[in-house]
Amino acid sequence: MAHDAHAAADTRRGPRPRREVTTAFVVSRVAVLAVAAALLLYAAPPLAADGSWVSLALLCAASAGIAFLYLTRRFVPAKYLIPGTVCLLAFQVFPVLYTVSTAFTNFGDGHRGDKQAAVTAIETGSVRQAPGSPEYALTAAVRDGELVFLLVDPKTKQVQAGSGRGLAPVTGAQVGITGKVLRAPGFTVLKAPEAAARGQEISKLAVPTRGGVIKANGLSRAVEGRASLVYDAACDCVNGENGPWRADGARGYFVNARGDHLAQGWQVNVGFGNFTRVLTDPTISGYFLGVFGWNLVFALASAGGTFVLGMAVALALHHPRMRGTKIYRIALILPYAMPSFAMLLVWRDMFNRDFGLINQLFGTNVDWLGQTGTARAAVILVNLWLGFPYMFLVTTGALQAIPRELTEAAAIDGASPWHGFRKVTLPLLLVALTPLLISSFAFNFNNFNAIQLTSEGGPFPAESPQVGATDLLITYTFRLAFGAGGAQFGFAAAISVFIFALVAVISAVAFRRTRKQEEVYA
Amino acid sequence: MRKRAMGAAHLAALSALAVAVTACGGGEPAAPSAAPTGSSGATAPAAQGGKLVIWADPNRVKALKPFAEQFGTENGVTAEVKEISKDNQQVFLTASQQGSGPDIMVGAHDWIGNLVQNGAIDPVNLTEEQKAAFPEIAMKAVTFNGQVYAAPYAVENIALIRNTDLAPDAPATIEDLVAKGKALKAAGKVKEVLCLPVAQKGDAFHVYPIFASGGGALFGATATGDPDPKKVLVGSADSVKAFDRLKELGEKGEGALKTSITNENYIATFAAKKCAFLISGPWAMGDVKKGGFPYDITPVPSFKGGKPATPFVGVQSFFVAAKGKNKALAQEFVANYVTNKDVAKALYEADPRPPALTAALQEVQAADADAGKFMEAGKNGFPMPAIPEMAAIWEPFGIAEAAVVKGGDAAKSAAAAQKAIDSSLKN
Repeated sequence: MAHDAHAAADTRRGPRPRREVTTAFVVSRVAVLAVAAALLLYAAPPLAADGSWVSLALLCAASAGIAFLYLTRRFVPAKYLIPGTVCLLAFQVFPVLYTVSTAFTNFGDGHRGDKQAAVTAIETGSVRQAPGSPEYALTAAVRDGELVFLLVDPKTKQVQAGSGRGLAPVTGAQVGITGKVLRAPGFTVLKAPEAAARGQEISKLAVPTRGGVIKANGLSRAVEGRASLVYDAACDCVNGENGPWRADGARGYFVNARGDHLAQGWQVNVGFGNFTRVLTDPTISGYFLGVFGWNLVFALASAGGTFVLGMAVALALHHPRMRGTKIYRIALILPYAMPSFAMLLVWRDMFNRDFGLINQLFGTNVDWLGQTGTARAAVILVNLWLGFPYMFLVTTGALQAIPRELTEAAAIDGASPWHGFRKVTLPLLLVALTPLLISSFAFNFNNFNAIQLTSEGGPFPAESPQVGATDLLITYTFRLAFGAGGAQFGFAAAISVFIFALVAVISAVAFRRTRKQEEVYA
Repeated sequence: MRKRAMGAAHLAALSALAVAVTACGGGEPAAPSAAPTGSSGATAPAAQGGKLVIWADPNRVKALKPFAEQFGTENGVTAEVKEISKDNQQVFLTASQQGSGPDIMVGAHDWIGNLVQNGAIDPVNLTEEQKAAFPEIAMKAVTFNGQVYAAPYAVENIALIRNTDLAPDAPATIEDLVAKGKALKAAGKVKEVLCLPVAQKGDAFHVYPIFASGGGALFGATATGDPDPKKVLVGSADSVKAFDRLKELGEKGEGALKTSITNENYIATFAAKKCAFLISGPWAMGDVKKGGFPYDITPVPSFKGGKPATPFVGVQSFFVAAKGKNKALAQEFVANYVTNKDVAKALYEADPRPPALTAALQEVQAADADAGKFMEAGKNGFPMPAIPEMAAIWEPFGIAEAAVVKGGDAAKSAAAAQKAIDSSLKN
């Protein structure tokens, strides 16, 4: 790629000399084009099958654009910017926009699909077998190219042909012992594989009868059923049992006069409903401050604690007289190298009162995760253990960049080691590490795993089971959005918008302060 | 640490690209009749364009594969059994919504309420004869709003499993059980009185029989006898009494219920002979047998003079996906194939859970007494409520349970749970 950049510079200066074609240049270009082509080939058939022409057109346009960009010699800066921009759009911008738009809907359990899907589900779910009607043995057959059902009444052995027009008796049919029709004059009986291949047609065919319709039930039986709930577009309502059920466009439900609703709903736009619910719901607003306070403590203790611990270890290993630093470094990085999911679960079991390692080791009988204070200390301790190797790594790196002469000069000037560290090393370290500390804070502010896999937010006071002592905003609201009421994606999205705003404000303030600090020390 | 998250994003991007590239390398995946290449896919040879996709959890995939294959061969279709290992219900719902779901889903009957309200499954039409082949409780479990939504294949419930070396006689009451457990503990033979998971957040599923025996209830009943989500009874006077009984058994009382006994350690503790009594289900038997001691399975006993200790009964079922691509085949498989005795028996052999089909259970029982004993223990059980509102019960109930086990006030805990449930159900 570096050669490519050189070539670009040359093009601007001279009268377009023939560009040198290096291996890296060819390989990178082929790689980008291959990925674009692969994505096109992968995504186009399902889009075409679905009939999503707009998306298909967008995909083709994007692919054509990329192909043009990397086949032409011009637009060199764009060649470097496009991959990053595409990733930014796909992995950052799109999820954010999708989350925000979801926050304005009631998307969730009971409201996943559109109204049409809900109507279909309501009608299908209400089909009951017509009382006293026979359980027909079904044989799929073809007459003049049209799919028909050959229906055998198991009691009378009478054979009828059912098509979209209704039932008609069949004479001269030969019925096997299983009740299936073996052959019938004028019909071509479908063998099992042939019938299976036409499965979709078979499930669609409805034979009208006086009391309802006969539909296939699998490939070998058919029953006469009647839908007890039927949608009527004229009144935009569902007629039937306990009805009429009128469509309520604000809630996405069919509602009857008694205020009950049918189980199947559809997705509607609820405007700011989810946001006002976050602000007005007493189970949220009543506990918000407490949870927020502990959340701040947890994030600060995690970020600050890991930093102090990691830096202390890094400083110790940085000392010139330290021996065997490599061994120590490997040992220290281990917690970082192990999968945190597994380690969190191991820690949770170590804190068990009767079976846990910690009580056994110290001979204590503390219900670590069962009391507010100890549970909070425990989750911070676990997070510290998981997080400090990262801080150790970055501090080690930053320390290498600080010339030893500076501390030596301070020492010669009569500064104590503590003074030297406080006035020289630490400020220089902070210039490099403050952005990392801020992002560590933001990460720990929403550190869902650290809580959910250890204390699950508990212990929960018996008087208010909604919120636990170690609940972060994210674990607390996760339970609100996905616990009691099934999955409520719209509500969850609104909550994440709020949490995003909180973290963004805190980080913005912190970054502003950092910039001032950098001006001082730069 | 944002760096780490970015790294993950890049990794995801890379793997997505890798997938895209492999898909490309494998030829254009346009033809829908192309045989699946996934290693987990069981492929029957004669494919004529039809394809049946079944999703199941890891335990059941192996058991289902031969039957799916056989069904595929008989009907000339490709049958594929795919393993879904986590959050099966949510994965199924999301995939169904996007149109990439299976034709048949295997899961527990208490999903039905949520699956129906999301329009994800179709009713299954069983003949009267087929229905009669199942015990009443299994059919009751898969019936929702008067409609049968699944074909049952295994019935699960918890029972009392005891180490007969330590406790030769089955306790007649909970009081007997606790007395025997405490005597063994005092004699130094065991460490715990009873292995029943409570954990910090409670475990409504395992404690329910004892709660029910103490007179507690979750829901009132509708006119048709189904649980009524409008009548939550967790905070009722009877339930408070039941919570009081749990408190008596708890850490400040008899010490039979403890928050340190969790889902992760309760079976292992019993298998290591550290307690004489275990309340668990058929899934525990593998570990219990490895313990290498004689055991017996009996119904969970009730309190002396109390109500019957009814366990929750869960019914493993086959669902027909409403948005499946091949519904006729799926109906055929679920209604007419899975309800076959041989299939039920083979599923049992691959994963020993008592078969739902009465005829299959009788044959299985001859060789394996455990299945019959579990079935016996669940005979008067309470089908786990399938209504979506049940989701609101688990957590507040569990927290109230954990609170009283730790010695908290029963009336306050029950009232708080009732309030939390009511507010999330907007009663």
